[in-house]
This record gives sequence, C-alpha cells and structure tokens, in this order.
Amino acid sequence: MTNQPLLEVRDLQTVFELDEGIVKAVDGVSFDVYSGKVLGIVGESGCGKSVTIKSVLRLIEKPGRIANGAIRFRSKILGNSSAEMIDLVHLPAKSAQLRALRGNEIALIPQEPMAAFSPVHTIGNQLMEVIHLHQQVSDDEAKKIAVTRLKEVGVPNPESAMDRYSWELSGGLRQRAMIGMALTCNPLLLIADEPTTAIDVTTQAQVLSLLRKLQQEHQTSIIFITHDLGVIAQLADDVVVMYLGKVMESGPVDQIFHNPQHPYTRALLRSIPTVHTKNRSRLPTISGSIPHPFQKRTGCPFVARCQEALPQQRCSNQAPVLKAINEHQSVSCFLHEEEVNVC
Amino acid sequence: MSAELAQSKLTANTPMPPERLLEVKELKKYFPIRKGFFKSVVGQVRSVDGVTFHLNQGETLGLVGESGCGKTTTSRCLLHAINPTSGEIRYRQADGQLVDVTQLATDQLRPLRREMQMIFQDPFASLNPRMNLLDLVGEPLLVNGVANRKERSDRVADLLRLVGLRPEYMRRFPHAFSGGQRQRIVIARALALNPRLVVADEPVSALDVSVQAQVLNLLLDLQEQLKLTYLFVAHDLSVVRHISDRVAVMYVGRIVEMSPTDELFLAPKHPYTAALLSAVPVADPRIRSKMQPLEGDVPSPSDPPSGCHFHPRCAFATDLCRQQAPDLEEVQPNHFVACHRQAELALTGVSEPI
Repeated sequence: MTNQPLLEVRDLQTVFELDEGIVKAVDGVSFDVYSGKVLGIVGESGCGKSVTIKSVLRLIEKPGRIANGAIRFRSKILGNSSAEMIDLVHLPAKSAQLRALRGNEIALIPQEPMAAFSPVHTIGNQLMEVIHLHQQVSDDEAKKIAVTRLKEVGVPNPESAMDRYSWELSGGLRQRAMIGMALTCNPLLLIADEPTTAIDVTTQAQVLSLLRKLQQEHQTSIIFITHDLGVIAQLADDVVVMYLGKVMESGPVDQIFHNPQHPYTRALLRSIPTVHTKNRSRLPTISGSIPHPFQKRTGCPFVARCQEALPQQRCSNQAPVLKAINEHQSVSCFLHEEEVNVC
Repeated sequence: MSAELAQSKLTANTPMPPERLLEVKELKKYFPIRKGFFKSVVGQVRSVDGVTFHLNQGETLGLVGESGCGKTTTSRCLLHAINPTSGEIRYRQADGQLVDVTQLATDQLRPLRREMQMIFQDPFASLNPRMNLLDLVGEPLLVNGVANRKERSDRVADLLRLVGLRPEYMRRFPHAFSGGQRQRIVIARALALNPRLVVADEPVSALDVSVQAQVLNLLLDLQEQLKLTYLFVAHDLSVVRHISDRVAVMYVGRIVEMSPTDELFLAPKHPYTAALLSAVPVADPRIRSKMQPLEGDVPSPSDPPSGCHFHPRCAFATDLCRQQAPDLEEVQPNHFVACHRQAELALTGVSEPI
C-alpha cells in the first residue's frame, strides 16, 4: 500500500488564454505523492507552483483551463475500491463530487490566513461550517470536533478562541487556526501553499514543528509549496524543483540537496545566503532574471541563465524531457544524457 | 547659520569617537492610543523604547527582529521621517560638524536629507507607475537643484550604469522591469545625491532567491565603491549574516544584543538571539529537528511585560528578570547584551561557516 501513490499527476498542462497570448503556466508537470509523505515543490515566483496545486484542487478559473494531463487521486469516498484512482480532470467543474472532495479528503492551507478567513464570522463558525458540509453531525458534536482540532494545533483556550474573529488573533495563532480548519475532516492530502511566508521565523518554527507532528500522528500526505529551501530541507521527504512551468528535477530531499543533477538546482542552492556563510562574502548568483511568460521559447526554459549549456545551441533549440536517472531521481537536462552517452 | 542650528550643535558637542558617523542615545518613539469622543489618550504604544546604538563610517549594521519589534520605526526616526518622542540622534556631517537630528527644524533637515537616504522594501509599491526611469531617478536631483535637463539625464545614465541597468532603458516605465531590476532602480534613486548613510528597510525580502543574491552583491559592491554606511533592517537572519559587519537584535522596542556579526551568530549571549538563531530552518536535510520553537507570541508593545520584556518566553527567567529590566551593557569589547544572566548562560549559536 505504501508503494502506491495517493496522488498521481501526469503531464499536467494548465494554460491561460489571454488577449496578449497563451501563457503555459504549467507545462507538462508530473509527480507522485505517497501517503504519509511530504512532497515539497520549490521554485521562484511565476514558476507555476501555485497554479499546479490549484489545478489539483480544480480551482482554475477562466481564462485558465487544464489543457492536458491527468490528476489521479485515490479517493475513499468516490472510489469503489481502494485500488481505484479517480481522475480529477474528468470530473465536471462545480460538481458535487468535487465539492465532496475539497476540504474533506484534500484540504488547503492558504498563504495568507488573514485573507482566507472571513472577518465577519467567528473562527468557530467557520470551522463548524466545514464540519457540517462533510459530516452528518449535530451542532454540539460539530462544536466538539472543532474545539478538539483547535486544541490539537496548540491554540490556547480553544473554547474562547471559537468565539473570536480572525483579526483578533495574532499571525501565528491565525495560521494555527487555519491548519486546524484544514484538518477538521482528517484529509488524506493536505496542500500547504507557502504557509509560512507571511510570518516571522520563530512563529514559522512553531508552525513547521506542528505540521511535522500532525503529519506523523495522522499519516497525512502533504504537498508543501515554498520558495524557502531551508523549510523544504527541514520538512520534505521528496522534492520537485520547478522553473517556468516545468519540472527541472525531482527526487528524495537528500539527493536534491547533496547530489543535485540539474544546473538550475545547483545554482539555486549556491545562491541562497545561509546563517553559516562567512559575512561580507560575495554570493554566487544566477545571472539574468526569470523570462517573461509571454516570451516564446523553444528548448530548455533555463537555457538563457544556464552556465552549463551545451555547445551548438542544442539546449536552446530542443527541449529536454524529464528522465529518470536512477530509481528515485529524475532530471530534465541534456547534460545528463550526454554523460550517459559517454559511459 | 541660524541661532537654533548653533544651539542644536551645542547640545551635541560632547565628543564622539572619530570613526563614528552616527550615535543614537535613548531613542524613544511612543504612539498614543486614543479613545472616545474627545480622543483622549488612554495608553501608549512603545514602539521604540530606549534604543542606543552607533554606526561607524563605512560599516553595515544589521538590525534584526520580528515584526512589530520597532526596527522600522527606529530606521524612520533616524531620517527624521517621523518625530521621535525623545532621545538623541547625533550625526557627523560631511564637514565634520556634529548635529542632533532630533533638534532640527524641517528646513534645517533639508541639506541633511541629501546625506541620508532610504531604500524601501517593496519595489512594486515604491515606484510611481506613471513616471519613467529618468523622472524617477532624476527627481531627487531636480528637487535639489539640478535644473538642467541634459545634466540630469547624464547623471541618471551614470546611476543606472552604476546599479547594472542599461541607460537606454531611461524612457521606460517601472512595469517593464522585473522585481530585481526595480529594486536596482530604487537603489539608483537613493544614490542620486551621493548619500553617506543609506537606510535599507528590508531591501531584498520581496525578491526571489536567485535575484536576492544579485541585489545583495550589488549593495556590497556599491558600499566599497562609494564608501557608504548602511543600516540594514531585515528579519531574515541569513541575509543579515551575509551583509553586516555588526548586528543589533531588537525585541519589543529594545535592543537586546549587539555585537560583531560572527560573534553574534557563533556565540550569542542573549537567550532571545539564541532562540532566533535556532528557529532558522537550515537548508540541509541531514541537519534536522534542531528547531526548538519559542513558545508564545511576541507581546504587544502597548502592554509589554514587566522587567525584561523577554521573560515570559525565556527558559532561563528568574524573579529578577520579572521585576527589573536589564541594561544594555558592554560585556566584551564591542559586544553589548541586555540580560541579567548573560555571564552564567552558555548559549549555542549556529555552527561554523561551511
């Protein structure tokens, strides 16, 4: 069972059809999420990580659409047997099936808890709404579940927190309440979209250790999206590195950090300042900036900034595909093919 | 020179070591909380509550702390962008004269403002979308008397080249530039008047990691080239370690520790500094679970705890800490700590540079 993925994303393509042209925000992304594991998706802004998870939740709105690919999820309520996987792409938008899934088996922790909570409803109200949507319980029982969840995520005085509004809570408490809300229905898959970017390091450490604890207790799978490589290193089991809508490299966290194969992963790791660097030293940088999404490109998306691009324009004329280089790790780069050829 | 200016210089005539550019003493900024129909003052938000530090010429002082600790308010008070409630900010002008910035009137501040400039956090919010680069970067020049259009555009071209942008882009508008490029524009604008002191308030926190490194390198290069002094305000400790000569750590309106960068990171002496350092996620999956999160939240500066502000979250707090606030004392040359128990505590910082 553990070897079977809970979620399989295959060749996902999400495009936005704008007047100025078509933006391929997600361009052929594939990854697996195993149950009880944390998958980290890293990338800079505009690399398509948020669009990817919005596609998984089927929350892409016009002018965007999922153009291609499959998102197979092992659902307990929709599937007939535990072996069957449901392709979320084929479920009709706004269908009852999707609604039954969202917030129940797949839950989201959004980036900004301030914007995600309604300011005119109490925390308790909003938690109980989720419970009523997915479980046939009385008000009292729903309240009991909500209080237990808040207690679980470490909200002090959960009973009184139920009657408070989101703006009365501090940033850390608000994010805890958000995590509590995402966990109300014991989801199989928890998607966390940069849950710690808006908060301070000490609060971030609290939230991260909370997520790790909950994940170990409930065996929930987590997709964790961030641009902070430190957070990924601390939390993830597997990592997907994205750049301009494509997967550059994927593999176990230890391989990605200690044996990165793609030039982009290597450059990204080199360029982050850490608390261990000597002070006033120059950082190695990635030259240039992220190309504009409208820009038409053939070949590897990273070629313009790549220091290891192959001669004879191969990287700019031809697009590499994601290939498995060993049991766990996959890389989308010609460099690796070359090495194989040489061997 | 007006009589008032002479007066303000008189109050600032106690000697300041020659290497110092700026000295801040007991700086306080309280914001009143008003309530009711008559808007009577019912309390004070003590954003900055007795902050003392100094800046040497040509160095970078990193000012770190969590949100709401008063680091931005401190930096704004330095430039006199907001009026401090009390305290002294002594600044050595280019001609060697000492002035107390807090005592100056608006028109006396004008010439000083040329010497002190600010780089803001969000390059998407701090650039007017209706002005092109020539106007944006040239505006400080225009305000300060460079009226000749040709002269101005030459200077703007020089500035753009200095920060690594192409002068041909001068007629373009900010929307045509990426985040990193915009921050370069903001830096060019801050440097337009040849400042001596640059206050950078979270200049890279809105940027992507790959671009962050470029801007940090640029700031280091410019400092060497132009002999700038930086006050670098940030919450990201890794960035601060990278760029600062010395670091000051703030907690609820007060400085709790200030020392040379390496000393602070390798051997912190204040429990809060140590907690802050241990909270930074290490970008190495093999070094896991060293995070020992601090319990609780940052207290509100309108109602700070008694004694040492950190005592409710401190694992080492005693009765003395609850009753009496510790002073910031120099425990080693150049290492200042505000903790009653600093001598007996053996705190660990981060591991040696890799």
